[in-house]
Amino acid sequence: MKTLTHEEHLAQIKKNKKSDKVATTILSIIVAFISLVLVSVIVYIVARGLPYLSWDFITKNPESFKAGGGIGPQIFNSFYLLFLTMLISIPLSLGGAIYLTQYAPQNALTGFVKLAIETLSSLPSIVVGLFGYLFFVIKFGWGFSILSGSIALTMFNLPIMVRVIQQSLEAVPAYQRDAGLALGLTRWETTIHILIPEALAGIITGIILCAGRVFGEAAALIYTSGQSAPEIDLLNFNLTDPSSAWNIMRPAETLAVHIWKVNSEGVIPDVDIVSAGTAAFLMICVLLFNVAARAVGASIQKKVTAK
Amino acid sequence: MSKKSSVIPKRNLEWFGIILSGICVLIIIALVFALIFMVANQGLATFFVDGVNFIDFITGTVWNPTVKNEATGLPITGAVPMIAGSFAVTFLSTLIATPLAIGAAVFVVEISPRIGKKYFQPAIELLVGIPSVVYGLIGLMVIVKFMRGAVGGTGYGILSGSIVLALMILPTITSLSIDALAAVPNSYRQGALALGSTRWQMISKVVLRAALPALMTSVILGMTRAFGEALAVQMVIGNAPVMPNSFFTPASTLTSVLTMGMGNSIFGTLENNVLWSLALLLMFMSLIFIAIIHLIGKVGSLEHTR
Repeated sequence: MKTLTHEEHLAQIKKNKKSDKVATTILSIIVAFISLVLVSVIVYIVARGLPYLSWDFITKNPESFKAGGGIGPQIFNSFYLLFLTMLISIPLSLGGAIYLTQYAPQNALTGFVKLAIETLSSLPSIVVGLFGYLFFVIKFGWGFSILSGSIALTMFNLPIMVRVIQQSLEAVPAYQRDAGLALGLTRWETTIHILIPEALAGIITGIILCAGRVFGEAAALIYTSGQSAPEIDLLNFNLTDPSSAWNIMRPAETLAVHIWKVNSEGVIPDVDIVSAGTAAFLMICVLLFNVAARAVGASIQKKVTAK
Repeated sequence: MSKKSSVIPKRNLEWFGIILSGICVLIIIALVFALIFMVANQGLATFFVDGVNFIDFITGTVWNPTVKNEATGLPITGAVPMIAGSFAVTFLSTLIATPLAIGAAVFVVEISPRIGKKYFQPAIELLVGIPSVVYGLIGLMVIVKFMRGAVGGTGYGILSGSIVLALMILPTITSLSIDALAAVPNSYRQGALALGSTRWQMISKVVLRAALPALMTSVILGMTRAFGEALAVQMVIGNAPVMPNSFFTPASTLTSVLTMGMGNSIFGTLENNVLWSLALLLMFMSLIFIAIIHLIGKVGSLEHTR
């Protein structure tokens, strides 16, 4: 490197300071731009659909050919599928995460388990949905059903949920675990009575965020829980009756699938209104999941730590 | 609890835990294996049962499974139009999203953590959670309409698809890049600043270089998401299974053809099997993306130890 004279040195400093300013400005503009896009996406979807969200619209049955259909069954289906998916995936991912954090020995098998979970997380959701179609809908003969759909959604959900719970468990300070073990508790007791209560805030926040993701998923469902929403009867508790809302063997189109369906294959004349209203409803639910995740996480954290 | 431990003796409790959590892990692995095996089995049937030549499939530029090729007597199933479409939207969207995402991550971690961590990062995480069909709908309502007005034609096409995908992967890449930059040790920054560098010199010559492997990983994870996204792309790309020769004319991707075609063909026929071959190709590509991430991880850790 050549030696700079005093003047050259000053010029160099000036140049560096200038490029520092330019870079800072550009980065600020980028952030402002992204924020603008973010706000306009949310405002656009909610503001466009909100005028159509009448009581009629969110309770009525959809129409196949005429205008004026509602999204009543789709709303129920979305929540019912979400509930069943969580029922399957919470214990599975809790068990998986406990195994990986507490028991898994440092060997090739554990590496293999981690690789399998990573593979599942990178697979496109349409591939997961097609597997569900092949395996549950056709091979098992379950047809387009809530059961097929909730297992496909579980597969879509598992990798992220396992990771979230794993991170929460790993975030518990090591001395808590050591103290439990030193008192003569087994690893299982330490996990159930010390680690999980301690990590509960993180686990629940993660689960609610996963629920938001599951709620909006469509690609994994179009060939598993199907694209039709038959009229359902909420008060019919005969679980084998196709018209019972609670029957897990009936096809069930969700809100997200409905948006896709009316836009790509639907023939209803008021597709813009229906999709705008449905998207606004879906978006509000997802926003609520996010708010709830933060609020619940914070309140549990407060309870646990203030004690 | 005391009741429970009286039911299960303590020495058995550990086994109970191992077996219970082990079963969960086994179920997860079994599902992953069933998925890979079933999709591969169905996808390979095109070549082993129906006798389609793999080379023709992977190099053919005409996709028209309902029409028979005179010479071979088999449907015309060249997958190149979809492969090209998928790669085009993936690269183009990554090209649009990456500079914005990494720029935003630098802002959050280095320029103004106060604003960034408190307002921008939660907002970005919210954006990750927006359902992909909603992005598709925005694409349909806003981007396709804008393209129709700006360049004419139908408005559907690779560019519209790429913009929608860029919007989708932007929060993913940003969020992961923030983690990547935040993981750079503070001593690196202090060292650079102590040597008299400006903040930008510190960022560009030290922080970004130190975080490079992790940043590349976040970009590739964004690409994986773009490559596999089905419905949002299908809604705006126009679904014409032809070789893409312009950014502004309808095209198709592996995922869009799968989305449209699977319901319109009969299970077990060649027209249907060849769709499974496309699904297999899609699955294979995501495995390659994972392999690349592992490779980057390995090279990255080598650089650090050197």
